[in-house]
Amino acid sequence: IQLDFWLAPRGLGLPVDIRVPFPSLQAVKVHLEASGVSYSIMIEDVQALLDEEQMEMLRSSRQVPLDTDTFNYEAYHTIDEIYSFLDLLVAENPNLVSKLEIGRSTEDRPLYVLKFSTGGTNRPAIWIDTGIHSREWVTQASGVWFAKKIVQDHANNEGVASILETMDIFLEIVTNPDGFAFTHTKNRMWRKTRSKHSGSICVGVDPNRNWDAGFGDAGASGNPCTETYHGPYPNSEPEVKSIVDFVKSHGNIKAFISIHSYSQLLLYPYGYTETPAPDQQELDEVSAKAVAALSSLYGTKFKYGSIITTIYRASGSTVDWTYNQGIKYSFTFELRDTGRYGFLLPAKQIVPTAEETWLALKVIMEHTRDNLY
Amino acid sequence: DIDDVGHKYYLELELEDVLDKDRTVSCTAEVLYPLGSKTSAPDVQVTVQGELRSTEEADQEFYNQMRSLEKELEAENIPDSHGNIPPELEPIHLLAWVASGFLIWQNSTENTKFHLAQVKRVKQVKRSDEDLQFDYVLLLHEMVSQEVLPWEVTVLWHPQNGARVSQS
Repeated sequence: IQLDFWLAPRGLGLPVDIRVPFPSLQAVKVHLEASGVSYSIMIEDVQALLDEEQMEMLRSSRQVPLDTDTFNYEAYHTIDEIYSFLDLLVAENPNLVSKLEIGRSTEDRPLYVLKFSTGGTNRPAIWIDTGIHSREWVTQASGVWFAKKIVQDHANNEGVASILETMDIFLEIVTNPDGFAFTHTKNRMWRKTRSKHSGSICVGVDPNRNWDAGFGDAGASGNPCTETYHGPYPNSEPEVKSIVDFVKSHGNIKAFISIHSYSQLLLYPYGYTETPAPDQQELDEVSAKAVAALSSLYGTKFKYGSIITTIYRASGSTVDWTYNQGIKYSFTFELRDTGRYGFLLPAKQIVPTAEETWLALKVIMEHTRDNLY
Repeated sequence: DIDDVGHKYYLELELEDVLDKDRTVSCTAEVLYPLGSKTSAPDVQVTVQGELRSTEEADQEFYNQMRSLEKELEAENIPDSHGNIPPELEPIHLLAWVASGFLIWQNSTENTKFHLAQVKRVKQVKRSDEDLQFDYVLLLHEMVSQEVLPWEVTVLWHPQNGARVSQS
């Protein structure tokens, strides 16, 4: 019967604790009842407890990973853990990856961008950012996965390796570090930056309304206490200004992709006006291909279109500015899901989300490479 | 457009059973958003074509479990920051969805899109009658304004009588 005594028989009148394997359960119960031995069930399902404990251990094991192969991509991480990851990745791949500090946040946290390059000088480049809205945790987590994926593809000479022959990739994973830290310590639902501008007790500016494209028009709020507050003036937020400065001084960025969650959408300009973008048709075609690629992996359905027709009017948004700067392939993603978990996407969906999104990103990157302008 | 009344929408929907992904049920609905007034909930008429899965056994089990708890259930942050829900709190989460449906219906206009973001707090309240009572603080996320705001709501539930939701 394979009974496992957790408290062995000690003497008359003293209790005995037994773990009973499932197949023996009936036999044991029948035997005890027939013998007039009273019993109670202390734990109904030991395996369930063990499974829970395993999960707990994995979740709480904040051991410092020694390399990017032991890093846990299936969990959400703190800003310190992600910043350590950046350094590990660079240390392991010094000929491919470098870390740039493009500025500092309101609370003086460094704003880091990873540069993936196989050489050349100021090659045409692709920009990807995640985590501009801090509560959208699946995006920073996906960014970490993308970083590792780029390195792996290059090592195996597959995937984006061919893109890296002629182009550079820039990846900013924690685009809003102050907000991100705040979601870990104080308020999981924080979206904006953590800036304080005079005249209000309320904190923070929506970094996706702070760009100089239709700034302050309908589609953003002038009230500092709201989630879509555009800020006192364009680029008032260092998190935004640092990217603006970087893009302008680089001068050769050909695709710009800003990643958000949730809603499962692929969007292109404009958000601040109903006037279609001049390249609307091409952007729409690329979007259709990208969404099909994404969907091919796990069947995740995405809708696509311009910001204003697909999601809502939004002014001062990132890709409206980048598009007006001449970066034709400007896209915004809204990743999983469509509302069941929303911002609180279970960690086990991180890798599938990153994997499928990567397929869409590759479509955009390859189209950019094949249609340089 | 219905002059002097509001805007009426005719919908054909497919409901998917979240707990049994292959199971879908078609339904039709008519939603009438009243003109102007911001405080009136839209009028909703729904017809379900087909049958919803029976959950009698699970309902009864949950009911018995809750009634026999020595101490009233209290919990916070469902799901937690990482999207986890302890299995024993799944029914509480599902009941919160029902409550959020009521809140969303009561507060929707043609320009809002609400989702339940998180169960901030839930407290079971002991009752002398047959119902279970749960007092919830629910965080609702509104897509257009992007605000995440807390709402207090009370749910009475009974396996045979279903859920009754009231805003606190």
